[in-house]
Amino acid sequence: MLDFVIWLSETKWSIGLRESLYLYPWIESTHVLSICLFFGTLLFVDLRLTGRVFSNLSVAEMNRKVLPLTLFGFLVMSITGLLLFYAIPIRNYQNIFFRVKMLLMIIAGINALFFHKRMSDEAKVWDKDSYIPRSMKSSAITSLVLWSLVIISGRMIAYNWFDCDRQPQPRWINALTSCEVDYTLFEGIDGF
Amino acid sequence: MDSKELLETFYFLEDTFIGEYIRSSIWLFPVIESFHLIGLGILGGSVVVMDLKLMKIIFRNIDKIYIFEQTRKFFILGLSLLFITGVPLFLSEAVKLYYSRAFWIKMICLVIGVFFVYFVRNPLIFKKDGAVMIVIGFLSFSIWTVVAASGRWIGFS
Repeated sequence: MLDFVIWLSETKWSIGLRESLYLYPWIESTHVLSICLFFGTLLFVDLRLTGRVFSNLSVAEMNRKVLPLTLFGFLVMSITGLLLFYAIPIRNYQNIFFRVKMLLMIIAGINALFFHKRMSDEAKVWDKDSYIPRSMKSSAITSLVLWSLVIISGRMIAYNWFDCDRQPQPRWINALTSCEVDYTLFEGIDGF
Repeated sequence: MDSKELLETFYFLEDTFIGEYIRSSIWLFPVIESFHLIGLGILGGSVVVMDLKLMKIIFRNIDKIYIFEQTRKFFILGLSLLFITGVPLFLSEAVKLYYSRAFWIKMICLVIGVFFVYFVRNPLIFKKDGAVMIVIGFLSFSIWTVVAASGRWIGFS
């Protein structure tokens, strides 16, 4: 994997993006705006399932109207996110917050799949007054919590506290970030 | 107040206890910043849903007053969270912001945005229909997009 990201970082477009004065900030800003669209609309979709908002509309109607915006936000977010990764591949790959974010996104994805499958099976028969199963409500809240944590960990990627070029770090941190470190250099320093 | 006095005020604000405290911590700024981003998401969601409704892009068959009633609490919630987190962020680096063009663009658009929503868009939702509301929705959406984008841009300067 490390070999792959090193190769990726040496491609022409990656160098171009990394060194660009305006393109990188534009992609970053688009990423933030699409997060806004994604998270903001997801808020209404998920809270509808808890019955707290838009209770005059059925869940199916709410999803039909708002979910396309959420998915559009997700699409733009993914494209810009991939470009941001591609611009600085090695650093992102070895960044602890990036890894936490990916893990949280996988969990959020599994939650969404489970949730969506049940919803598409059941929401057809729900009308606006139908009882929504408790498990669906907790899935909706889980989704919001997970995506909030994704946003927080994503924001933290900018910080280099645990980066490989900042040593000495505790061994478990270096293990989590796959940093290859020559510990003989730190002999005599407390904890090594 | 001339620009020299304004700059001195910004120096004073940066020296306040809160600004000092945030600067002395390595993780406080990032954590507050993260919640600022979540506030942006909440505010953004209410702006997107309300303004796209006014632009007749979504919820075409639903009364706009109902959409307004459902989204307004999230507008207030998002704006409050942005304000509560934004003020300490500002205090921690007021002087840098004084020299940041993105910051001033954001602040001007923010004031215009809040004014526009409360004194133009919201009252008109109850009074007007038709093409004028499409324009109102588009204007509100555009102003808030500039606020969010220029806010992000502060970090690049």
